[in-house]
Amino acid sequence: MTGASSPRPAGRRRDQLIALGWLVVVWNLLWGHFSPANVLTGLLVGGAVLLFFPLPSVSFGGRLRPRAVLVLAGTFVTELVSASIHVAAIAVRPGFRPRGAIIGVPLRVRTDLNLALTAELISLVPGTLIVEVDREAGVLYVHVLDVRSPADLTGSRDRILAVEERIVRAVGSEAELRQLTTAPTEAP
Amino acid sequence: MSVGTVVDWLAAVALVSGALLSLAAGIGVLRFPDVLDRMHAATKPQVLGVLLLLVGLALRLRTAADLGMIVLVGVFQLATAPVAAQMIGRAAYRSGRVDRSLLDVDELAEHRPEEGDSRPERDGSRPERGEQRRGGSRSGPGE
Repeated sequence: MTGASSPRPAGRRRDQLIALGWLVVVWNLLWGHFSPANVLTGLLVGGAVLLFFPLPSVSFGGRLRPRAVLVLAGTFVTELVSASIHVAAIAVRPGFRPRGAIIGVPLRVRTDLNLALTAELISLVPGTLIVEVDREAGVLYVHVLDVRSPADLTGSRDRILAVEERIVRAVGSEAELRQLTTAPTEAP
Repeated sequence: MSVGTVVDWLAAVALVSGALLSLAAGIGVLRFPDVLDRMHAATKPQVLGVLLLLVGLALRLRTAADLGMIVLVGVFQLATAPVAAQMIGRAAYRSGRVDRSLLDVDELAEHRPEEGDSRPERDGSRPERGEQRRGGSRSGPGE
């Protein structure tokens, strides 16, 4: 409920420290065990990675909501399983030529983080593939496999927007949540 | 039945279903007619397939060092597969290697002419593909 976000200049340093921590964990996992020597070399390697390959800062103004994260993960796994079976069935069905379509889906929350997360999750679920991202306008162009009717297209559109909504509910800020409810959903 | 046997059976189920999904993905890559369709098969059943294989491995191996490595493989798999798929899909689309007769709707083609200038790539190298859809605006390429 704290509306105040941390000041940005300090936030950059904090983000880098978090990244360094993760890199150390990854380094230790790669070696197979945690030891003081691994942590030390991990700090060195991680520091070098952050120094020589700096990433653009990502503004994370939201906060984690554990329950919404669980909903996001659960729905993702369900969709992943059902969609994988669907695409696998299309692949092995004899004599079937699936038709596709490329649809543009304007997202309601246009932050880079939301755009990237939504694109990532949509890409992981079979049947939808990101062809192009319009970062300024916040539009994802998605190739949909096995389209049979216009209803399928609106269905895919709604599914993508639902993914976005679950992501914002899981990690978005209060302002982004409001954007979600007030921004007009595109009429099918 | 001991707990170990049950876990071994779960591992076997996960390994076999993961392998079957990967097989379906391979068949899809062979059979689908178009680059974009093939990307669906190449990147997607593989995600769940590899994850299932990893779960099966984790259930069978059950040692901390292996679990750490398996988690890493899974995380990087999930993080990188969409990036690769998008880069290939985008390259295929921009270079015109997409069979438009298989597309019911292409909202990207409707959108792109206005902002084509911001993309210096080789749009001009294969103009005949893109023109088929928006041909109404000009009087045919042959004249």
